[in-house]
Order: sequence, then C-alpha cells, then structure tokens
Amino acid sequence: MELTVLNDTPSESAGGCSTSSCGSSNDQLSHLPDEIKQKVHNHPCYSEEAHHYFARMHVAVAPACNIQCHYCNRKYDCANESRPGVVSELLTPDQAVKKTKAVAANIPQMTVLGIAGPGDPLANLDRTFETFRRLSEEAPDIKLCVSTNGLALPAAVEELSKHNIDHVTITINCVDPEIGAQIYPWIYWNNRRIHGKKGAQILIEQQQKGLEMLVAKGILVKVNSVMIPGVNDQHLKEVSRIVKQKGAFLHNVMPLIAEAEHGTFYGVMGQRGPSNEELMELQDECSGDMNMMRHCRQCRADAVGLLGEDRGDEFTMDKIEQMDIDYEAAMVKRAVIHQGIAEELAEKEKKRAALAAVKVPSGPAAENKHFRPVLMAVATSGGGMINQHFGHATEFLIYEASSNGVRFISHRKVDQYCIGNDTCGEKESALSGSIRALAGCEVVLCSKIGFEPWGLLEEAGIQPNGEHAMEPIEEAVMSVYEEMIATGRLDQSKGESSQMSA
Amino acid sequence: MSLSIIESCVNCWACYDVCPSEAIYEAAPHFLIDAKKCTECEGDYADPQCASICPIEGAILDAAGESINPPGSLTGIPPEMMEKAMAEIQAR
Ligand code: SF4
Ligand code: SF4
Ligand code: SF4
Repeated sequence: MELTVLNDTPSESAGGCSTSSCGSSNDQLSHLPDEIKQKVHNHPCYSEEAHHYFARMHVAVAPACNIQCHYCNRKYDCANESRPGVVSELLTPDQAVKKTKAVAANIPQMTVLGIAGPGDPLANLDRTFETFRRLSEEAPDIKLCVSTNGLALPAAVEELSKHNIDHVTITINCVDPEIGAQIYPWIYWNNRRIHGKKGAQILIEQQQKGLEMLVAKGILVKVNSVMIPGVNDQHLKEVSRIVKQKGAFLHNVMPLIAEAEHGTFYGVMGQRGPSNEELMELQDECSGDMNMMRHCRQCRADAVGLLGEDRGDEFTMDKIEQMDIDYEAAMVKRAVIHQGIAEELAEKEKKRAALAAVKVPSGPAAENKHFRPVLMAVATSGGGMINQHFGHATEFLIYEASSNGVRFISHRKVDQYCIGNDTCGEKESALSGSIRALAGCEVVLCSKIGFEPWGLLEEAGIQPNGEHAMEPIEEAVMSVYEEMIATGRLDQSKGESSQMSA
Repeated sequence: MSLSIIESCVNCWACYDVCPSEAIYEAAPHFLIDAKKCTECEGDYADPQCASICPIEGAILDAAGESINPPGSLTGIPPEMMEKAMAEIQAR
C-alpha cells in the first residue's frame, strides 16, 4: 500500500488486493508496510499485542463542538470517543500538560497521549494546539494523537503536521448526504448553522478532503464509524472501501449505543444499536483479517491506563498539584522500561514463530478441515493470559478457533445496566448481563468461576472452563478446540454457529 | 440590546470562542453575556454567533427573552417524544 497515493475518485477497478485488509496472516500487523508497523507497534490502540503492555491516556481540553450527531448529547462527552453519558473533568492546556507528565512518570508504560474531547478537538484549535505544542517540547518521548469529526480538519492539517503527531482518527459515518442528514441534524460552518442534507454534504466533503490531505502529508489516518442499523449499516461497506482506497490504514466499526436516558435523538426515538452478531459480521466485511481495532473499548475522554482500565482517580487535578515531577529523570526510567517491554514482545514474537504449531493446529483439527469454527470468550486482566475471575470480568475477549488457527474477533462489554424489574437484584442482572454478552460463544475461559454462574452458563449452552488459568490465551483456546474435536463435541452442529463460519 | 444565557447552559465554551465582541465570559454556574458588550453580532455577521453554535436548546435567549433555539429545533426530537421518554424514565 502506497501511503502517498492521493485519489478521490473511488473507482471500481480498485478491487483485489489494493486495500490494506488483504492478506490472511495470523499476525495482524504483518500486512502493513514497515514504516507504519514501526509507528504502531507500541501503540495500545492499534496493536492487539501492545495493548496488553502499553498504556494510553486522554486529556479533556476540548469542550466545544461544531456539529451535532444524533447519538450525542452535549451535556456529556463526545460520543464518538466515549461511551455515551460520560462527563470528563475539563482541563486547561497547562493542567493537561502537568497531568500528562505526572501520569507518564508514574505509569511508564504510557506511550500515547490523545485529545479526544469532551467536544471536537479541532473545534478548539487554540486549546488543542497549545497542549500539543508544549508536550512536543517538554515530553518528546510521548506520541500524540487526535480525533475529530472532520469538519475543521482541512484547515488544521498544516498545523498538525508541525507537531509530534502521527495518528489522526476521523469519525466518518457516511459518504452520502442523504444518509448524512439522518445522522447529523446540523453543523456550524462559515458562521452559520446549516441544517439537514446541505450541512451533511459540507461535513462529508471536509472529512474526505481532510483524509486526503493527511495521507499526502504522511500522517497516519484511522477511520472510525458508528454502525446504526437501518441507517448506515449497509452503506458502511462503501465507506470502508473508499477510505481505505484513499489511504486510511485502518477502518474501525463501533456499535451505536443508544438509551433513552442519554437524551440523544436516537435514544429517545428508540433507534436500536446492532446486536453482537450484526456488528461482528459488518466488522468482518469492513476489516477482513485486519482486526487490529477489535479490542477498541470506546474509552472516555479523560481515560488513563491500559485499555479497559481507568486509573483516572489517581490523577485528579488536586492530587497532581501535590506531585513534584522531574520529567528528565522520568524519561530515563521510561526509556529503560520501554526497552524491557520491547524485548519481551520480541521474545514472544520469536516464540510464536517457533511454536507456529500453536496457532496453526497440529492435533485433530489439522486433519479435520470440515469442523466448524467455535467462538470462545476469555476473561483476562491483561498480559495475554487467562487470569481473571469470571465474576470480576467487565468485558470478555472473543476468539475464534478453527482449522485455520486462532483469531481475535472482538471485545464484548458486560452490560451493567439493570434493565430488569423489581425482582431483578443487582447481582442477578450483572450475571445475566454477562451471559447476554457471551451470546454465540460455546466456551468461556476464566481463572475461576462461582458455582451459580457455572450452572446458568451451562443452561445457556456455554461451557465454563477454568482449567487453563494462567495460560497464554491463544494456546489455551486452541487446546480446548482440539479437545472439543477429540471428544466429538463438534460432530453435532450448533445451529447458529454455521452462519459464522467463513 | 443583548442576548442572554440561562441555566440550561452546559459550559461547552463553543459560544465563547465565536463571539466577535468578546461579550461572553466564564462564570459559575454557567457562562454569561455582558449586556454592555453584546452587539447581537450586528455589523459582523448575519446571525448571532453564540446562538448559531450553541448545542443546547433553550440556553440562549434573545433580547425579548425568547428562546432562539426552542425545544426540538436542534436535536430534531419532537418535544412530546422527549417528555414521554423522560416521564417513562422517571417512573422506573
Ligand atoms: S462530534 Fe462528538 S461531541 Fe460533537 S456532536 Fe458528534 S459525538 Fe458529540
Ligand atoms: S450575539 Fe454576538 S455579540 Fe452577542 S454574545 Fe452572542 S456572539 Fe457575542
Ligand atoms: S454554547 Fe451554549 S451551552 Fe455552550 S457555553 Fe455557550 S451557552 Fe453554554
């Protein structure tokens, strides 16, 4: 893939292998050109491997927004970047710089600082760029990234390219203004509020132009889309094709989250989000084997820590004011730790290459190509190991085992809302939330599990398994798959699983 | 004459950045417009800028005290749907 290609005519002839999703390697980064691989290999949001080891943080310095999305309520943070209904502590650029340095000194694994809200970073140019400019100078070992709805992007590209910024995320939900008008009720453009299709048209043009300009500057572009069933779900395949053709290195599809209590248009009007199955199917079509972002957790604008965890409470402004950070010293320490992690990752990589048999099955699965693929859920608290109690899991990693090996599919959050009636106790609802999140899976791997959930899981047709506690995930998943073949469990078909098979 | 900001303001700073008269200032519990400085954008823009970017219906009033962005005008949610949804949530 040529990163410098500029092409705004989505031609049909671009089929075949022109997109970056082509390729069937088990290593999700291997299809990327070396220079991009180099840029993303320690970025927790882009590398499934790295996100177990490296951490990212967001600072909330950008409160204003210049558009309205139907899945967002501006009482809360930008819904493109956080789960809806979240409010971040707004920081001044000066506070943000202090916070970033404090976190980087205390959590040396923190390699990436992003500005993602609570509004649109590029609708807050002074605040966003002051933060970036100071960090590029004062903490040059931190990578910077920014997310945007794209409206103000073309005008900001020149300035972006001056800072230490190599990743920009654009949320693109459509390339057709008819569809856009059903997602964006208005934009603020050239000192006017512009409603409906006309506004959507301008937004789409700016997004596409911004994407092309960034690619031409050699800045990595990731595209996020929100999947809204009945509105843009079919259309996103087209979006995916176009943005990849223009040089986006990654297209990530996220589910719409809409609840009436968020007070959003979609929430109040009863627009539903996609089911896990629908989401997975579209993600497969849009990203193929390129599943780098499947572990995206839609983190909040002031999130701190490894993906999926938030240590923000340790770094509130009043605590940070008390800290005395010597960043020069911290940088030395950070470099040593980063080196250590890089070595550990390299070691793992070598082991994986040597033990290719782990991902490409060697036992019964190898000879029995006709066995259907099986989805398994894993409870983990990081490090690529099965090391979490079922009851503590707030999310599960979903893997697929088949005769082609093991591949990471997605993350599923445990729905923590109590949506039941009076008889629904808190515990019971959390448990049924977990079981709902595991729909379609046949096995759940965890370090430990209680007696009660064990029974309920079995009833739901999901086999709990604690035998592989503290083992590496992929190896355990393959060994359970081999065992299922050996014990004849895959001889019976499992109704819904046939449609998942490739 | 001057526009004004009332309590439904969510302090998003958007109006502050676009006011040509520097009439808007940060205050607790929400942003305010300095009536002496506000020009209603006359001579600068066709539409009052604060009211053209504010995402919150009802937060900005015109000189006569009327909402410039009444319920439903920005979100597209019909006011009766909003009331119904909120009543259902209250009832839980
Ligand atoms: S861009 Fe973000 S903050 Fe702005 S309306 Fe959309 S989701 Fe909300
Ligand atoms: S109407 Fe114009 S001048 Fe008055 S506060 Fe709003 S933006 Fe400022
Ligand atoms: S734009 Fe509206 S909500 Fe935002 S600060 Fe101004 S008055 Fe408040």
